[in-house]
Amino acid sequence: MANEQSQKPQDESRRRFLKYSGTAIGGVVVGGVIGGIVGSSLKKSEKEEAPVEPGAPAAAPDRDYNQALMFFTQDQFLITEAASERLFPKDDLGPGAKELGVAFFIDHQMNSAYGMNARDYMMPPFYASEASQGYQLTFKRRELLALGLDALNEYSNNTYKKPFTKLTGEEQDAVLTAFENNDVKLKGVPAATFFNLLLSLTLEGAYADPLYGGNKNMAGWKMRNYPGNQMSYYDVIDKEEFVKMEPLSLHDHLELG
Amino acid sequence: MANTLPKVNVVIVGMGWVGGIIAAELTKAGHQVVGIERGKSRGTQDYYHVHDELRYATRYELMQDLSKETVTFRNTEKMRALPMRSYGSFLLGDGLGGAGVHWNGQYYRFLPYDFEIYSKTVERYGKNKIPEGMTLRDWGITYDELEPYFVKYEQMAGISGEKEVPANIGKMSVPYATGPMKKTPAMKLFEDSAKKLGYHPYIIPSANLSDAYKNPDGIERAACQYCGYCERFGCEYGAKADPVVTVLPVALQSGKFELRTHSNVTGIIHDGKKASGVKYVNTPTGEEFIQPADVVILAGYVFTNVRLLLLSKLGQPYDPKSDTGSIGRNYAYQVNGASTAAFYEDREFNMAMGAGALGSSLDDFNGDNFDHSSLKFLHGANIRFTQTGLRPIQYQPVPAGSPKWGKEFKQNSIHNANRVLAVAGQGASMPYRHHYLDLDPEYKDALGLPLIRMTFDFEEQDVELVKFIAQKTKEIADGMGATKTEIHDTIRQYNIVPYQSTHNTGGTIMGSDPKTSVVNNYLQMWDAENVFICGASNFAHNSGYNPTATVGAFAYRTAEGVEKYLQKGGSLV
Ligand SMILES: Cc1cc2nc3c(=O)[nH]c(=O)nc-3n(C[C@H](O)[C@H](O)[C@H](O)COP(=O)(O)OP(=O)(O)OC[C@H]3O[C@@H](n4cnc5c(N)ncnc54)[C@H](O)[C@@H]3O)c2cc1C
Ligand code: SF4
Repeated sequence: MANEQSQKPQDESRRRFLKYSGTAIGGVVVGGVIGGIVGSSLKKSEKEEAPVEPGAPAAAPDRDYNQALMFFTQDQFLITEAASERLFPKDDLGPGAKELGVAFFIDHQMNSAYGMNARDYMMPPFYASEASQGYQLTFKRRELLALGLDALNEYSNNTYKKPFTKLTGEEQDAVLTAFENNDVKLKGVPAATFFNLLLSLTLEGAYADPLYGGNKNMAGWKMRNYPGNQMSYYDVIDKEEFVKMEPLSLHDHLELG
Repeated sequence: MANTLPKVNVVIVGMGWVGGIIAAELTKAGHQVVGIERGKSRGTQDYYHVHDELRYATRYELMQDLSKETVTFRNTEKMRALPMRSYGSFLLGDGLGGAGVHWNGQYYRFLPYDFEIYSKTVERYGKNKIPEGMTLRDWGITYDELEPYFVKYEQMAGISGEKEVPANIGKMSVPYATGPMKKTPAMKLFEDSAKKLGYHPYIIPSANLSDAYKNPDGIERAACQYCGYCERFGCEYGAKADPVVTVLPVALQSGKFELRTHSNVTGIIHDGKKASGVKYVNTPTGEEFIQPADVVILAGYVFTNVRLLLLSKLGQPYDPKSDTGSIGRNYAYQVNGASTAAFYEDREFNMAMGAGALGSSLDDFNGDNFDHSSLKFLHGANIRFTQTGLRPIQYQPVPAGSPKWGKEFKQNSIHNANRVLAVAGQGASMPYRHHYLDLDPEYKDALGLPLIRMTFDFEEQDVELVKFIAQKTKEIADGMGATKTEIHDTIRQYNIVPYQSTHNTGGTIMGSDPKTSVVNNYLQMWDAENVFICGASNFAHNSGYNPTATVGAFAYRTAEGVEKYLQKGGSLV
């Protein structure tokens, strides 16, 4: 049985949190643990606006000037949009990758530390590896992805005489499957390595906090009844029934100056 | 030229659980301690925006930066070891509090059997039960000797657990510091099914506080909020016991402790008999320093502990060919892979909610709690159901054999998001002659020093253990009222790509024989009496449990050993 939670999740979770922090932490030794949050929560709740009706996403403005490309070419962006939509399509459950902004997410990630493998060990020498030893290519993720997207187009042109974005859904699936199964020659890079990167980026873009450019309006989370980031489940963790909540995102916890 | 600093009583390498506990104990006793940590300082206030799965769970914000240092890996000596270039199988701690900041807090004392595993196996089954190449060892300490140190850790951390513990695990002289975590409907299903089968389930002892708690040092912490962002995250409430909110404040308040972050230790200075201090690089400037000390303590986790000894040429490196030497010996891990997923068509569970250590488990098939006479493996697994908070990027539950992308995948993964309960075994890992750590001949860290090299694979023992334990998980899951269950009962080659567990063990094992062990039962090095080495690197094998309870107990034991040593010197055994 579903139990619709409060219409005002933000207020609720803050109040609950204050209750616990207030009662649970007496003379704190642990250092400025709670002070900061309590202060900011109070300040924010004063100017809290009327809660959004659940299920009614905020009206999207015509243009979002925060949305444009950091890494992709125009072509690569469109191919990413089309390919990720096949991996995570719109259906009766809700939006697919395109509507969720997954291609923007991927574009931004490729221009981040992750895309540049900044925190990976990238020192030579590079040798062919056993599968058990993991990724051993000199390619950075952004290079691999760009190469793979261009190859998707090339393969489509060769096979269907059309670019990837102009193929039917079934044809696009067939192209993606060829890459997944390593049936495509990709300049020395296994096509499946590219495919797996694209797939994992797509799922991340559908479900990461909206702050990264995907999961638009938390619609990815809403589809699976994922509550995002709440402050506390202390009162509901042992409930028999499934508890539905309007999700919160990190923006909801941000103190603005 | 390195700058030589004024001498202190004790220098500790690494500020995780081990370093933090020892720092607190020794400074309370009045000794001057310097704690050296390669990463940054951090605390609870840094986690107000921590509920970010991408940043912390899949981009590893809190863990060691692999571009600077990693490990190399091969399954066998026939292969060329290659670097772990991105994270996979295990996640390494870095920064104040180490992995203790982003652990789950599942707390299990090892079994009495574990510490005397060789003798007890021979006694019950005869020598022939131990297969060729398995280097099973007694640890040189018994559960009863270690018991008081478990209690110290539990009282310090506020471990939450049931009053009565089952008879098939070690006896406790003092009950857990706080009551058990809450019991969810899914935990009840697991426990009820297990009880019907005659097993002995209990709520997992937890370092996520079930209730507000004030510890013997006067540190007060709030109760866990079951926030679902625990494993791989820092706790914004200070509810999860970590070194930064428990032991380090005590050390800092003593006035006897100096913490040096951004300082990467590269060697131990010694004359072959005793150490005189450590050498480290201040990472922002590249300047090199020497910190002289009466006692040097290695608390840098398994890989650093072994690597610093080998880099400094202190002690006898292990040679698997001649089976001589000790440093790097008995590397072991955790054998996961036995599990059963229970799918519910008619019911959803609150799987997004949870805590790192929330769950129930049983030990009826752990250690030697069952007869192994007709089985082709030793030891076993703790069997558990956990509810740690399932997040949407990492968790895509689809039935075996169904598509990994596209329409059907999307429908399956969303439909099942809150409909699957997993019963899983956390299997013990036995040591083998050809599983070990040494220095890589080719790959270097950012400073140009050799990386540590791991040679490890799963063995027949592990395949058999997984097959057996998986059947038990299925038996339990089948009694949990699900629509259908799906068993996973095979493991093959060890693969460093998928995450498994950060329970790496061995390399500086303890024991009573100086030839095959590195430290005695005070974690004092046989070959250098003023060097103490502490961590899971001391484990002669790994149990069917998470390691930190036993690591924590060892840390208290080490602190006591160092105290004794500072008073009278010499070997403590
Ligand atoms: C995701 C995750 C979940 C876990 N969950 C559990 C659990 O539920 N239960 C459990 O029992 N265990 C768990 N563990 C394991 C647990 O975290 C470790 O056993 C424990 O934290 C180890 O403590 P340590 O002090 O030995 O090492 P660490 O915490 O790794 O600390 C070592 C410190 O030394 C520093 N260091 C290393 N090398 C150097 C150097 N050369 N110079 C200077 N400093 C150095 C590191 O930066 C680090 O801060 C988990 C681990 C992870 C990663
Ligand atoms: S689950 Fe509990 S202990 Fe873990 S981070 Fe959340 S509040 Fe802290």
